[in-house]
Amino acid sequence: MFAYIVRRVLATIPVMAIVALFVFSLLYIAPGDPAAVIAGDQATPADVERIRASLGLDRPFLIRFGEWVWNILNGDMGVSIFTNLPVTTMIKQRIEPTLSLMILTLCLAITIAVPMGVIAAWKQGTWIDRAVMGFAVLGFSVPVFVVGYVLAYIFALELDWLPVQGYTAFSQGFFPWLENLILPSIALGGVYIALIARITRATMLEVLQQDYIRTARAKGAGQTNILFLHALKNAAVPIVTVIGIGIALLIGGAVVTESVFAIPGLGRLTVDAILRRDYPVIQGVVLLFSFIYVLVNLLIDLLYTLFDPRIRY
Amino acid sequence: MDRRNFLKGTAAAGLVGASAGLAGPALSQGAAARTLRFVPQANLANFDPIWGTQYVVRNGAAMVWDTLYGFDAELKPQRQMAEAEQVSADGLTWDFRLRPGLKFHDGSPVLAKDVVASLTRWSARDPMGQMLKAIQQELVAVDDRNVRWVLKKPYPKMLMALGKNSTPMAFIMPERLAKTDPFTQVAEFIGSGPMRFKRDEWNPGARAVFEKFADYVPRDEPSSWLAGGKRMGVDRIEWLVMPDAATASAALQNGEVDWWENPITDLVPQLRRNRNLRVDIADPLGNIGTFRMNHTTTPFNDVKARRAVLMAMSQEDYMRALVGDDDKLWKPLPGYFTPGTPLYSEAGGEILKGPRNLDAAKRMLAESGYNGTPVTCIVAQDQPITKAQGDVTADLLKRLGMNVDFVATDWGTTGQRRAMKNPFGQGGWSMFHSWHAGADCINPAVYNAVRANGAGAWFGWPDIPAVETEVGAWFDAPDAAAEKAAIDRLNKAALDNVVYAPTGFFLGYQAWRANVSGIVKGPLPFFWGVSKS
Repeated sequence: MFAYIVRRVLATIPVMAIVALFVFSLLYIAPGDPAAVIAGDQATPADVERIRASLGLDRPFLIRFGEWVWNILNGDMGVSIFTNLPVTTMIKQRIEPTLSLMILTLCLAITIAVPMGVIAAWKQGTWIDRAVMGFAVLGFSVPVFVVGYVLAYIFALELDWLPVQGYTAFSQGFFPWLENLILPSIALGGVYIALIARITRATMLEVLQQDYIRTARAKGAGQTNILFLHALKNAAVPIVTVIGIGIALLIGGAVVTESVFAIPGLGRLTVDAILRRDYPVIQGVVLLFSFIYVLVNLLIDLLYTLFDPRIRY
Repeated sequence: MDRRNFLKGTAAAGLVGASAGLAGPALSQGAAARTLRFVPQANLANFDPIWGTQYVVRNGAAMVWDTLYGFDAELKPQRQMAEAEQVSADGLTWDFRLRPGLKFHDGSPVLAKDVVASLTRWSARDPMGQMLKAIQQELVAVDDRNVRWVLKKPYPKMLMALGKNSTPMAFIMPERLAKTDPFTQVAEFIGSGPMRFKRDEWNPGARAVFEKFADYVPRDEPSSWLAGGKRMGVDRIEWLVMPDAATASAALQNGEVDWWENPITDLVPQLRRNRNLRVDIADPLGNIGTFRMNHTTTPFNDVKARRAVLMAMSQEDYMRALVGDDDKLWKPLPGYFTPGTPLYSEAGGEILKGPRNLDAAKRMLAESGYNGTPVTCIVAQDQPITKAQGDVTADLLKRLGMNVDFVATDWGTTGQRRAMKNPFGQGGWSMFHSWHAGADCINPAVYNAVRANGAGAWFGWPDIPAVETEVGAWFDAPDAAAEKAAIDRLNKAALDNVVYAPTGFFLGYQAWRANVSGIVKGPLPFFWGVSKS
């Protein structure tokens, strides 16, 4: 197992290198000029040129790329063109809200979606099954921002139960933290719940047809035991796989959710950086997201061994 | 540990972790009454007002840094940090004396050497400052409180240059900061204004915090825009960046913020219906929409093609696309200068008045020799103002019979592409849309976009000597009547030759909670005099 983990961690190095090259090249050839944004609308072309030179943006691709890679290898992700703050500082400022949002959404989605999928499979063909699948179609179809606006209108403006926007750090208390994240998590979780519920239902339907389920019934096992101890455990591997793949959905959805609920997270940082062409920040955040995704996939692979003892690395 | 125990242990750890958070401190509510929460027009991504000239930077900087002079609501420069000034009879030597007791936020006194370094840095970036620099003999600190600026020729607009509110403003910084290269950001944000910038609480893209500076000495006069006593009615101002207008609107209605700088027009009726909110015009000087043409390439290198656009253009179409049905928010603009200001002129504006004549415009276009070459329109879609104008323009040019090459892009790309002088197909362009704050269009000194000095002009590079002659005449004008006459001639020459096509004059709203008082209309949000009950 240990050797496997080491191999997988080492395998992330070429992956990250390719991501780094891809991101840097993409930004290099993409149109747009941070110097023009900094200089403002009234600036003369000469002013823009001076700023570009002072930022080193007029230097050749290979020199800039080499310098950036060298700095990354030394743990330095560079300095934001606009804020003059180290990219690592900006990421540190923004990572807690995004992780909080993603973790809460993940917990919410698993807590809701897995029982939904199990029950839908158990009650296949009934109105319960159709209701669950109808909800799943809705979850897939309605955009995150629409759900966000509707939730904010009902629970913040009309009922005045929850805040419209913002984020309170976990260190300031669990409930203030939760209060700010409930609506965004529900909004972001919709599509994720739909995805997990559908895969859970499909996998459970397959497992519930297996011989050992019939045997369990014959031995007098209760319905709850059959569903959650025997069937769900055996259906867990595909469900966990989908949860892992869905992390990418969460990262993409966080960008929209953070904008709708004005949460100062990495998603908004990414959008702001792209609009301003703040290259060091874009590169840093994309590398970080890639790393998180690679890490989550590794974690999912390791989790397989917990749910299915037949899997060995 | 076996598989089952691991799963149980993980669940238990999660519960413990969550419950640990319950012990956190409750949020303090006491400070809320002395804290003003403000939603700015944009993200405060940097905070050096000389290096970055975006309006949002200027708006925050006006709290933190002070100026020698400041425009009042009559657009007249008044003393601010300056206690007195004296100009020699030949107009070549200016002496300025600082008010006593001025301090920077780090506790050090404001000295003449700080003023010299700050004006030197500012004059490298600002158009008026550059003019001053070009005729500068010397700029020196005579002693701790006196500064002397000696020129090679008179510059009657000196106080206007030092007090204007267009970016970059002539902010005074400590000498150690002001010695920073003007094209590099300063390392600290230390000023002598009524509020201190809390750098430790700055989260770019999310929040910026300003705290009352106890040692600030306001002037005795009542405040009027950037002039007079800047007395703060709150101890702390939090800027909360909200990129989504619907969120900002909901937050204002819910009482989570106190003041929203620029609500979009669509949401204003909803805000007006809320009895806890107040809505009013934000900036009486408004904005001027612009249709900027490339004078160096076909088809708009021919004045007849440019005039054909003016003849066909309906400013009402543009303005309705921008502000909808609210007639209070726009007016036609048959000229280039801000309506309601002393130099406003309609001379030569007949071409933009009356019913539009598309047939005559088509004939004019044909006379220009237009042969169907593509007209590349660079239209930023992420800015509602440019997007709305761009849609109207695409329709207008097609009706004129032009071959429209519509490039839908973002503002960052527009900023880069408009600087390119390449031909069509190699990154070149024919027109783009922008807009100018009315405060920047009150006279030629602060109005780059009306200049027509060829390669030195703003993007599009109009080269019209008649316009430049009148700019010079305005600078040298001995009195207000001569200034106005020069501007009338300038306006006519600019319209005859179409420096750019103005698409109209439009205003915007601001909205705030009813318990907030002291908010005034102005070219930027003025926080002094604002308080919460």
